[in-house]
Amino acid sequence: MSHIPTMAELAAEGRQPEVLFWVGCAGSFDDRAQRVTIAFSKLLQKAGVDFAILGQEESCTGDPARRAGNEFLFQMLAQQNVAVLNMYEVKKIVTACPHCFNVIKNEYPELGGNYEVVHHTQFLQGLLAEGRLKIEGGNFKGKKITYHDSCYLGRANDVYEAPRSLLSSLDADLVEMKRCRTNGLCCGAGGAQMWKEDEPGDKRINTERVEEALGTGAEIVAVNCPFCMTMMTDGVTAKEKQESVMVYDLAELILNNI
Amino acid sequence: MLQPILFAIVTIVAFGYAGRQFMKIRRNILLGKEEDLQGDPAQRWRNVLLIAFGQKKMFKRFIPAIFHLFIYVAFLFTQIELIEILIDGFSGSHRFFAPVLGGFYTLIISVIEILSVLAFIATFVFLARRNLLKVPRFHKPEMKGWPTLDGNIILYLEILLLIGIFSMNGADRVLQEMGAAHYHQTGAFAVSSWLGPALFSGLGDTTLIGIERFGWWLHLLVVFGFLNYLPKSKHLHILLAFPNTYFAKQTPKGQMSNISRIQQEVASMMDESAIEDSAGSEEEELFFGGNDVTSLSWKNVMDAFTCTECGRCTSVCPANLTGKKLSPRKIMMDVRDRAEEIGNNIDTGNLDFIGEEKRGEDVVLSKENYADGKSLFDYISREEIHACTTCNACVEACPVLINPLDIILQLRRYEILMESAGPSDWLPLFNSMENSQAAWAVSTERDAWKSQV
Repeated sequence: MSHIPTMAELAAEGRQPEVLFWVGCAGSFDDRAQRVTIAFSKLLQKAGVDFAILGQEESCTGDPARRAGNEFLFQMLAQQNVAVLNMYEVKKIVTACPHCFNVIKNEYPELGGNYEVVHHTQFLQGLLAEGRLKIEGGNFKGKKITYHDSCYLGRANDVYEAPRSLLSSLDADLVEMKRCRTNGLCCGAGGAQMWKEDEPGDKRINTERVEEALGTGAEIVAVNCPFCMTMMTDGVTAKEKQESVMVYDLAELILNNI
Repeated sequence: MLQPILFAIVTIVAFGYAGRQFMKIRRNILLGKEEDLQGDPAQRWRNVLLIAFGQKKMFKRFIPAIFHLFIYVAFLFTQIELIEILIDGFSGSHRFFAPVLGGFYTLIISVIEILSVLAFIATFVFLARRNLLKVPRFHKPEMKGWPTLDGNIILYLEILLLIGIFSMNGADRVLQEMGAAHYHQTGAFAVSSWLGPALFSGLGDTTLIGIERFGWWLHLLVVFGFLNYLPKSKHLHILLAFPNTYFAKQTPKGQMSNISRIQQEVASMMDESAIEDSAGSEEEELFFGGNDVTSLSWKNVMDAFTCTECGRCTSVCPANLTGKKLSPRKIMMDVRDRAEEIGNNIDTGNLDFIGEEKRGEDVVLSKENYADGKSLFDYISREEIHACTTCNACVEACPVLINPLDIILQLRRYEILMESAGPSDWLPLFNSMENSQAAWAVSTERDAWKSQV
């Protein structure tokens, strides 16, 4: 596969890419989320999308700090990111992380960062609609797949259809959980919970959600967020169902059928 | 002559005392800080029409929504009848509008009667839901004691009101049929035209007039009682739902508010040429986040007074569902309780409630200098705010656009920014973000994955 350029490399050639792929911390460092980053990059390359990454110049968006209450830390990271993005005159950003998506889309404008921000499920929907990507394999035809709405793509930003349209393009049998769309149940990782132990309670939130997902009888749990990925995978493993039920990001499911 | 005088006294006292209480609620809401609420007025009015007036979000749960609608519509229509009661009460007339409106009057009162029957059914359904069926959201720890009684009292009042309406209209019908003086013909009302004769025929006219007057006064007293009970109860939503949906934030749910003071501070740290500009502001007392009603926004406090404790937020909260202490409804109830505590203390005028450094001659107690050594953290524990996943399920669930999450996030900001406290688990996260600009401290390069594409 061809080289993925950084913004700095393109700027040296005096070029601007069609879109900047914002990888995010999870997509960069978490082993499982890295595989989603790789899958999405492959899809972009197959579709002939002219894209770049920031590479070493990307920082955490500041989302977990802000939601924990640490506004100083958020501002430090966010302003640094806005400065870098504005330096490269970035117009359009795609990211596979709903938390990065939400912050860059909704919270960076107040800091002087105005970009068109799309989630990778929306971007893939566009590539399929334009015919730049074509579904060929019928690997999931008739397979039961359930879809877990992430809070930051769903309720936070009202994106419910793009991910579902990807699933329907796979000819899969989408079985919804009772709590879906606006009523979707959180995986338990948001609001910087990912980095702390649970408060005392009866149950872990991801256990509650995975029980619901398993209840649909689906063989695949589709997610759109690296944190949901971790929580749902852990929950499936805790239920000892990792042999029969797989958790995939939507980009991975699409790549499997191209 | 006695009745109009008695009526005038009761009415003036009822409205006077209620007015005083409503002014206090307004004052308590304004204990909150000013907030510049941005928003599109057209969208605001749409929210009022669809969500407050049209009850759109109630219909996410269809069965309670239908019964709630019966009570709500009956309540709205009964207010029309109240206009007539006021006119009759002051002037000594009887059914002032009946001769004026003719057949239309018969229609209006018939509609009210049908709605009243529906409301009567709904009231029993709600009593059963609250007391017989174990709907979990009505039996959470924060509902113990007064909140549960409060939820039932309103339903008992509703039953009394309906007894009043039907004894009034029913006896009136029988008196009309007997041709009693002053009881002019109104046409047959939908329910009392058969219910009245079924219950009261054969009684003497003195007894019937007694029943009719009893119904009329009961109707009136329940309405006045309700008016004065309202400010003390959880039922303020019948009024505050309208301004609360009007002023609700319209930005995406995921968007947190910016703290511009910190934004400027950080900007000047990053841009050395700007440092001189900020040097002059050293004296300024910095305060970030919220720890009390007076440091939240007035909209947060209005949210608290609008809350009718239905618990839809708590019933969908992932933390609460898995046994954590956090309950978004409790957050709202705590904010209201604290606002009322501060309001009542300010009413005493007791100078001991003035913060020590702000005391002085001629200084009167006000929300600006109020300090009782307590804060919202005496009501809301750290464990509660730390359990929140910021998933917005509570915000989505609220039928009147209350935002518990906004308050939780302000408390978190206070804890971290003003107290340098918070869960110790977060320290490695903060350190890693500060030192390596990443949410995890790892030694690999950010784009190490590239080699695998």
